[in-house]
Amino acid sequence: MRQPIDAYVLSKCGYVSLFAVRSGYRFRNFVREDFTMWERITEKLKILSDAAKYDVSCASSGGKRKNENKGLGNSANSGICHAYTEDGRCVSLLKILLTNFCIFDCAYCVSRKSNDIKRAAFTVQEVVDLTINFYRRNYIEGLFLSSGIFTNADYTMERLVLIAKKLRTEHNFHGYIHLKAIPGASPELLREAGLYADRLSINIEMPTEQGLKLLAPDKNREDMIRPMNYLKTEIQQYKEEIVKFKKTPAFAPAGQSTQMVVGATQETDLQVLYTANHFYKKMQMKRVYYSGYVPISTDNRLPAIGTPVPMIRENRLYQADWLLRFYSFNVNELISPEQPLLDLDIDPKLSWALRNLSIFPLDINKAELPLIKRIPGIGVSSALKIVAARKFRKLNWEHLKKMGIALNRARYFITCNSPDFEIKDYQPQQIKQFILTKGNSKYENTFSQQIPLF
Amino acid sequence: MQTLIYDGSFEGWLCAVFDVYEYKYANVTICTDNQRQDSLWGETRLVYTDKQKADRVVKGLKQYISAVAMQQLYKTFLSEQKGMEDMLLEYVQYVFREKKDIAKDYSHHAARYVDDTAHKVHREKHRMEAFVRFQKTGDDIYFALVEPDFNVLPLILKHFRDRYADQKWLIYDKKRKYGIYYDLHKTEFIQLDFDTQSSNKDIAAILNESELPYQQLWKDYFNSTNIKARKNMKLHIRHMPLRYWKYLVEKQPEI
Ligand code: SF4
Repeated sequence: MRQPIDAYVLSKCGYVSLFAVRSGYRFRNFVREDFTMWERITEKLKILSDAAKYDVSCASSGGKRKNENKGLGNSANSGICHAYTEDGRCVSLLKILLTNFCIFDCAYCVSRKSNDIKRAAFTVQEVVDLTINFYRRNYIEGLFLSSGIFTNADYTMERLVLIAKKLRTEHNFHGYIHLKAIPGASPELLREAGLYADRLSINIEMPTEQGLKLLAPDKNREDMIRPMNYLKTEIQQYKEEIVKFKKTPAFAPAGQSTQMVVGATQETDLQVLYTANHFYKKMQMKRVYYSGYVPISTDNRLPAIGTPVPMIRENRLYQADWLLRFYSFNVNELISPEQPLLDLDIDPKLSWALRNLSIFPLDINKAELPLIKRIPGIGVSSALKIVAARKFRKLNWEHLKKMGIALNRARYFITCNSPDFEIKDYQPQQIKQFILTKGNSKYENTFSQQIPLF
Repeated sequence: MQTLIYDGSFEGWLCAVFDVYEYKYANVTICTDNQRQDSLWGETRLVYTDKQKADRVVKGLKQYISAVAMQQLYKTFLSEQKGMEDMLLEYVQYVFREKKDIAKDYSHHAARYVDDTAHKVHREKHRMEAFVRFQKTGDDIYFALVEPDFNVLPLILKHFRDRYADQKWLIYDKKRKYGIYYDLHKTEFIQLDFDTQSSNKDIAAILNESELPYQQLWKDYFNSTNIKARKNMKLHIRHMPLRYWKYLVEKQPEI
């Protein structure tokens, strides 16, 4: 028999605060079974979000789903971060594993078979309910679902697909869904996944095959590349067909992405960036993510526990990645076999500029947009502003400053409509010193806790 | 100095602009009644708000400026910043003088002011779309309180209507004392008889019984998705400034 249970008793059980009880919150029909249910979900959510958090992707952008038939949700093209964790990362999606049981033993992963941790698994319905209820409260943009491999790849993948299918068909849910494809899953399942998900990803995990062999002996690079290729073809086909037939069912409209762990193995930035570049150019990936290795294991193949997370390096990789995607840099302009590591003390754009001082100074009133974008301190939006504003009158230092251009960097690389200009045949080293002593690198501020003084 | 007093609405401001041209005022300032500073020398006139006058100004502007620029003017107006009425007037005068779209003349002070302010308001709109936290009430209305820096409710309406088409919701601006309510069919602006003392605590009394458990789950999720080895509070606070915490479930202390 279901028995009503006192709110005070509930509060004692710890999952809902006394605050609620004091303020007159009524658990009108709460019974003991309800309580056990909440407690079970709470426990699972803790375990399975904790295990999922090392996947850094949280993007919800690129979705174009409209809300149809008065359903629930849509996905804004630019994505929304609903919160930021205390480590400053965007929280946009409910990022969880379906289960952290796994038959594999990848050294860098908390869910690896040999790790002695608590295991849990959500039911399909639990994931659906959590997603819908968080979404309705405007906590999230959607779901990012991944999983350890239990039984085998297809068995796991089937359940991931089932969740996406339920959300779309039974709940008329149009929010964002990112599914992680399980390496080795069959093409049929991948195809079905693509019909319900906005984005699919398969993590390449390590930048090189040797790295993967070393740390994830059960995994095989081929098992990742094959489905990536499959997805690439399907996505391309969808893009071609949607132009011809409006009614073509969507296939992963936000494309595919992947992730590499950096700092777990010995790979150089050169290897990391060339691999990333390959994915952008050859696989039409939407994003490549870099995840600085967070030490979680005493395995002697890996950096010891307590080793700092390589956050600056990770940041430089992202900066280089942006230069590839939005500033039309070629990968070989950023990194070379002679210098296979990115500078840690300055960003890759400044570093490129210092290596190529001969093309500077650029006249801000004349240079073409692609060149303006290459000036250190000037981002895409500043570059666009400059090009638009100079049509009205020639710009001088005063104008640039008022327009919010970061002159403390840019000034060494430009001339404008003012008699005094900065370029005085400085050497690259000097410019670097000037900029560094100003201490105005936006990353320096942000990462100051981690950086020893240079 | 001529002072024009308008009713505080965007239409009212447009009518003030109309009057500036109609009466050829040269030295003029536009403000609402409670901002007025009567001076001994100035003259004061009340602006009569009339949709037709307002429409004529909009039509005139649209001959020269883009829809995006028009939207920027509106956003700047919603900033409620002191002196924005006069800046916007300067902008309009600049448009009519040059007879072209000057929105991107960033080295001109009025164009830059409008661009900057519109951006700030836009950022606040975006923040509200992110930081609204609905609480489900006993009668199945999803309810959120906000206190945005700028008057952005009119700007976020469409986003929430498109997204939450199958649930009743209400977003209430506590600072400006009005809200938007969606009843599954239409959205409307409403005012609640809201006790100014009422707080999160009173709201808790009318919540749906699954509400607090879900809030607790969200808090737990928020905490466990954090990677402690990467802790960076500076960055955290830059993205989620303290003034928004009051209404964020995940930032409520555990009691
Ligand atoms: S297969 Fe995935 S979940 Fe399993 S141990 Fe390897 S990385 Fe972890």
